[in-house]
Amino acid sequence: MDEASARFEQMFLPHLDAAHNLARWLTRNGHDAEDLVQESYLRAFRFFGGFKGGDSRSWLLTIVRNTCYSWLQRNRRQELETPFDEEMHTSDPQAFSPEKPLLANADGQMLQQALEELPVTFREILVLRELEGLSYKEIADIAGMPIGTVMSGLARARKRLRENLLNAMKKES
Amino acid sequence: MSCKEEQPLLEGYFDGELDLVRNVEVEAHLQECGACSAEYQGLQELRSVLGSGSLYLKAPAGLQRRVQDAIRGEAPTVRPSWLSGWWTPLRWASVAASLVLVALVTWNVAPRFSPRSPDETLAREIVDSHVRSLMPNHLIDVPSSDQHTVKPWFNGKVDFSPPVVDLQDQGFHLVGGRLDYLGGKPVAALIYQRRQHLINLFVWPSPEDANSTQASNSQQGYHVIHWVKSKMTYWAVSDLNTKELGDFITALQKQLP
Repeated sequence: MDEASARFEQMFLPHLDAAHNLARWLTRNGHDAEDLVQESYLRAFRFFGGFKGGDSRSWLLTIVRNTCYSWLQRNRRQELETPFDEEMHTSDPQAFSPEKPLLANADGQMLQQALEELPVTFREILVLRELEGLSYKEIADIAGMPIGTVMSGLARARKRLRENLLNAMKKES
Repeated sequence: MSCKEEQPLLEGYFDGELDLVRNVEVEAHLQECGACSAEYQGLQELRSVLGSGSLYLKAPAGLQRRVQDAIRGEAPTVRPSWLSGWWTPLRWASVAASLVLVALVTWNVAPRFSPRSPDETLAREIVDSHVRSLMPNHLIDVPSSDQHTVKPWFNGKVDFSPPVVDLQDQGFHLVGGRLDYLGGKPVAALIYQRRQHLINLFVWPSPEDANSTQASNSQQGYHVIHWVKSKMTYWAVSDLNTKELGDFITALQKQLP
């Protein structure tokens, strides 16, 4: 193995789980996610000369994100065109009433489904913030949006996720 | 402060992204506003559900191999043949020109750069060591969540006894310990986990008597914080966000001798 690939692997393979997690949530499909992770790593390797140091995880995740979005554009165009208008979904009055069921009772499958049902932009910022623990600045860089949009997007995404969850739990009971 | 003003800031407060002044404002508002504090609790509830672990979809076995094969199979980039004819003299000219430029810039600028401080060099080593530890089978020598198993394991391996504290109640799980080598000497590494994030805490005796306050630094997306307490040097490194890493250190400091 030559020195460049060794250095590349040492720097970027530790972020394989992060890359997969993001791709998996953006595509909602295990098989496609794996293909896209592989493609992203190859692209990252080709651009490696342009990597000026700094945050290797964010750099890789930006490439994963862009690769996934190109794929969505080719294969799930409709999904990208769905406007994420909060009025589209009237909020559930139950959500803030005192008798609301405890979110802690939601099971893993319900959670997974509630997150999958979110529009892709919401899913993306929630995954980067809640699962990857990234800062607003890092998310803004990766998703190519202003920091203010990250903050307001997160507020709406969390609200919507909560509603999805509560609805699912109501159906269950 | 009214709810209308505070509402949009609540998210930023919750995520630890506000500046100090606004942070204090929101905190004060939460004390007196029932609606906002209920909403804040809702955010916390949601986070604890999301952090339960089942949502983080790790790479399946085999993907790493597949990625490595793809990278290693990648031939070094070949210059397209149409460039090689007329372009060559031009290329040499531009190489020569850029060499001159580099020489000029270096000559001009280089002396102004101060050499890296010892702490910076060490921080770099710490991050490298953290990254290495994340590679398969490098993380732990003694896997245990029990402080009374981890601490004695270091006997005879290092010439000091690292303090090992239990932070389970604060949401940081002890995963184990490892012998590492930093700055030319063997050190103890303790590994804690929060959700999917690992924290390496490196510990070794400090040559200095005085306690020092925390100094932090970030590199390649990892946050590094270090301090000296009771003649021990501590370096914590993680990809966890700074707020939670701060919580970790506060909780740790409370229990350290």
